[in-house]
Amino acid sequence: MLPIGHYLFLSLALFIIGVIGVVTRRNVIVVLMSIELILNAVNINLVAFSRLYGDVAGQVFALFIIADAAAEAAVGLGIIIAFFRNRETVLADEMDLLKW
Amino acid sequence: MLDKILFYFFAAVAVASAVLMVTRRNVIHSAIFLITALLATAGIFLQLRAEFLFIVQIILYVGGIMVLFVFVIMLVNLDVALQQIQFARQKWVALLVALALAGQVGLMFWSSGKMPGQGLPVLTAAVASNLPPNSETVAHSLFDAYLLPFEIASVLLLVAMIGAVVMAKKRT
Amino acid sequence: MMEALLHGTIDFLKLYWAPLLCGVAVVAVLPLIVGYIVLVERKLMADMQARLGPMRVGPHGLLQPIADAVKLLIKEDIIPDNADKLVFWLAPVLSVGAALLSLAGLAIGPAFQIAQDINIGILFVVGISALGIFGIVLGGWASNSHYSLMGALRSSAQLVSYETAAGMALVSALLFTGTLNIKSIVEAQSKEGIWFVMLAPVAFFTYLVASIAETNRAPFDLPEAESELVAGYMTEFSGFRWSLYFLAEYANMIVVASVATTLFLGGWLRPFASVPWLNVLDFLPALLTVAVAAYCIVRVPKQPTRVQQSFMMAVAGLCFVVGLALVAPVVLPVAKPFYAGIHGGFWFISKVSLYIYFFMWLRFTIPRYRFDQLMRLGWHFLIPLSIINVLLVGVALIAGSYFHLQGWGLLLVTTPAAVITLVAALLILAVDKERDARHDPNAASDFYAG
Repeated sequence: MLPIGHYLFLSLALFIIGVIGVVTRRNVIVVLMSIELILNAVNINLVAFSRLYGDVAGQVFALFIIADAAAEAAVGLGIIIAFFRNRETVLADEMDLLKW
Repeated sequence: MLDKILFYFFAAVAVASAVLMVTRRNVIHSAIFLITALLATAGIFLQLRAEFLFIVQIILYVGGIMVLFVFVIMLVNLDVALQQIQFARQKWVALLVALALAGQVGLMFWSSGKMPGQGLPVLTAAVASNLPPNSETVAHSLFDAYLLPFEIASVLLLVAMIGAVVMAKKRT
Repeated sequence: MMEALLHGTIDFLKLYWAPLLCGVAVVAVLPLIVGYIVLVERKLMADMQARLGPMRVGPHGLLQPIADAVKLLIKEDIIPDNADKLVFWLAPVLSVGAALLSLAGLAIGPAFQIAQDINIGILFVVGISALGIFGIVLGGWASNSHYSLMGALRSSAQLVSYETAAGMALVSALLFTGTLNIKSIVEAQSKEGIWFVMLAPVAFFTYLVASIAETNRAPFDLPEAESELVAGYMTEFSGFRWSLYFLAEYANMIVVASVATTLFLGGWLRPFASVPWLNVLDFLPALLTVAVAAYCIVRVPKQPTRVQQSFMMAVAGLCFVVGLALVAPVVLPVAKPFYAGIHGGFWFISKVSLYIYFFMWLRFTIPRYRFDQLMRLGWHFLIPLSIINVLLVGVALIAGSYFHLQGWGLLLVTTPAAVITLVAALLILAVDKERDARHDPNAASDFYAG
């Protein structure tokens, strides 16, 4: 009963907030969480269009995005833990040496 | 009517939680607000009659990925990090660029509804009552047309699991 | 605008008044039920330890839960010094919220379901009850204490590990139904005429063990054992907050028992529900209640005081009335429409009680698992076992449909599958023991064991 524009604007809002989080915050974990927010915004878009056209492919795509987000979060957090063990920091500004 | 109320409620919770998540100083608070944003997104999926995706979002995203996040936040927590500057030096330029992007895309959405003879399509509720069961439809599609991406996704998850274990292992 | 809102609310209430009433009833009655489950546990513990249990407060200790509730409510609410106040407040709420919300998806009999007819019924219950992990982790974090944090991390690691095994055990049983809808699952068991516990016994065993670990019950209760980590993540919570965690734990027990009953033990079906010449079993509930009433009446003269005698007679009268209510739908044709609801409720509640009794029995009998033993059991034994079980049950089902087997005939294919799974389980255990024996005893133990 809602025009699809509502869902598009919601998805846009979440996407932009996620982008602001990625480019603005120093804490790498908050950057990763903002990336999850971006992926969710895309999911809302996909599911809304899937419902509009009655094609379930949008939901299947959203499912794959969720699986992919899980994989990426796991690897990203593994990298953060490994880095933290060496340099004792999680701030992006302080991760500035390739090798020492 | 119920559809509209549910949508506005979940949308408000999602946007408010997202804004709060990006601005908190305490990372655990950010994680909690991301959890509420994800739950609100799951609510939007439910409102769109995509019930399988609703429960998958809750089990995988909230019950899996966010638990992982909270664990890692507890492992790398530094009390000194609470006192430091939270936003990077490029924050104003970055904000400007992000708002420019928002303006562009928003203008595109807004104008596509205003073109002559072409409104934005409306999701009809009449279709909802005789929708086939959502889980079965997704399952048919997943194991029929999209079987190869499904298998590749499982290999991807295996690779990610091995990678994460190797990265986080202690080098003894 | 306000007119439309008012009309919308009235329409909503007209459509959904029954589920709302069920929901309010469950939320209102649950703390009382949980209190009495705790009393039953204490009495059982006493019985197995050759003593009497709570006897003082009320006749035979029956008012003990009320006294406990009053004590918890009037206790001082202590918040640790550097605790994170938002998270400290939020954590018990998350635990209780997840437990109560997952109760909403269950069906206690064909007529009583709060969230009516959800397509993803079982998945909803299992998924939402997994949200309780956050209550534990955030509670341990917010307490700002090492013991709490360690207890919380251990508890949530345990929950996450056994969730996979529990889910796959449920999948083995779901292979027989082809649907996730709770009513359809029970109808499938009625149609096949056989409970899924006979068709997938290994899955039932896996789910039993995994659900004990999921609810942090003994022998998997290291994270909250008093001699280990001073009640783990619940250490710093006192009074009402602690009672919320407690309520969440017992509500979780009811949830896993209900899920196991629905999927494996036939839900609200009478034993041998599809066999018409065993319809005499319909009198069994009434017989049981009348037997309890008769036992109470026999014990009346043995009570020491007048108050206790009259109380016993009141209990006997109550059981008799319940027995009458149970026999009425079978005998009186005017009460026949209520048969499904009343008898369904009785059988469901008795099966859930049996499952919870088994939990309590295990608690008082088996010693506690050490944490690394616990993790080894989950990852090295239960998960491979449940994966192999899913494979073999799938193969058995295909063989069954090839030979057009149905109902009890399916036992011909599922029993070999179960036997092969058991052999595989023994092999896994043997390999694991050998690998354990080769393990260097001087190596540093992993993170969670220390």
